Parts: sequence; C-alpha cells; structure tokens
Amino acid sequence: MIVDLSGRITLGEGSVVLRDLVRDLLNKGSKRILLNLGDVTYIDSSGIGELVSAFTTVRNGGGDLKLLNLTKKVHDLLQITKLYTVFDIKDDEAAAVSSFSK
Amino acid sequence: MADMTAMRVSYRMDSTLESVNQAEDLATRVAAKAGFDEEGVNRISMAVREAAVNAVLHGNAYDPNKKMTVGFESTSAALVITVSDEGRGIHPNDIPDPLKPENLLKQSGRGIFLMRAFMDEVRIRSLEPGTEITMIKNVQGEGAEGKEESK
Repeated sequence: MIVDLSGRITLGEGSVVLRDLVRDLLNKGSKRILLNLGDVTYIDSSGIGELVSAFTTVRNGGGDLKLLNLTKKVHDLLQITKLYTVFDIKDDEAAAVSSFSK
Repeated sequence: MADMTAMRVSYRMDSTLESVNQAEDLATRVAAKAGFDEEGVNRISMAVREAAVNAVLHGNAYDPNKKMTVGFESTSAALVITVSDEGRGIHPNDIPDPLKPENLLKQSGRGIFLMRAFMDEVRIRSLEPGTEITMIKNVQGEGAEGKEESK
C-alpha cells in the first residue's frame, strides 16, 4: 500500500491524520505500508514522533513501514535525530514496492 | 549592509496551537529580515516552533489563564529569541538524550535536542513559575554569511 502524504506533519495538523491513516490501514489488513513523503514540506518533532510511532505500530503488528522520496529538509531531520538508520528509506517507488516481498 | 540598529519585540500569546503557528511565522519573518538565508530561516523557525510547542503543550498545558511570551532581539551580531511559559517548569538534567538507543524509538523528547541542533546556543532557565528558553543564532554563523538581500 503506497500512501502519498503532502503538506505539513506537525502537532495539530498532519500528526493526527497520519496516526488515523496508519491505524485504518492496519485495521483493513494492510501490513506493508510505503509512505511517500515527496510532497511533505515540513515535519516538526511531533511529526517525527508520529512517524516513529507508526513505524513501531506497524512492525509490532507483523508488518513493515518504509519511507519514500524524502525531501532534503526531511532527510536532514532524520539524519540529525539518528532515525535515518532506523527507517528503511527508498528513492525509487518500484524498487521500494518490490523490496517488501523479499 | 549590516547596521548597528537593534530591533526588539515581544508578544504575549494564549496557550493555543494557533499561537505556536503564529510564533513560527513571526520567527520566519524576523529571521528573513535579519538577513539569514533560506536554510538559516528554516532552522530558526523550526527551533522556535519546538520551543513554542513545549511552552504551550508541556509548560502551560493549554491553560487559558497561562500565557506564552515570545521575544525577538535582532542585532548586527545575532538573533536572540526567548520563549517563556508559566507552567510547572522543567529541569535541564531531566531531559533525556533522544539519540540514545533506548530513546531512539520514543514518540517524544526531541524538541530541545532539535533547538540545540538548529541554533548556535540554547539556554534553559527556570522561572517562578515557568520556563524560559533563550535561543541564539549568530549572524556570522552558517545562516547569513555573504548573502545580502537586494531589495
């Protein structure tokens, strides 16, 4: 399941949307989630927390959550917070999709 | 040309999410006016957003009777921003390191770390009651070097 996110993932804006979305996907049985962050312009610490929470929730449910198309800003943030090594981050959608089935 | 004129403003705001967004927007404008480049402006406004979230959410806990104060002081040498709340206060020693392996997957606890990453200096002071965070970005730093706005 590829999810295209856009805009801001911050406290009071995208954070709740992201949380609800991931919960819905899991409830519907989607366990392989690829979050396309290509059009995400801004993430704050709440947004980072929400991404981490989504990641652990999906993993604990026996699935996998990967990130696609990070902007420089988001890339830098994940690097600073050392989460770059935690998340599986992809640049190519097709390769990302096929990486799930391995 | 940088001049010696100092600019100082301060805003007293309600403890709401709108105030957080407002503080972020103000920081963006003040930082741009101070001559920081796009990346510098981004970093400053992100740091201010983190401080404002802390003040409104963790400090004042959205209490309508408690206010957040955001102050900007811009000189030719630095931009100094203070964000204070009237909450129960934090102890700097109690702030966990979000880069420790056991904290890496925690949902929260990255705000002050990000402020320190984005600014040149961050000081935390306990008020009676509340907390004051002072953040400094030097003009000579990575922010504004060699780039002058032509208007």
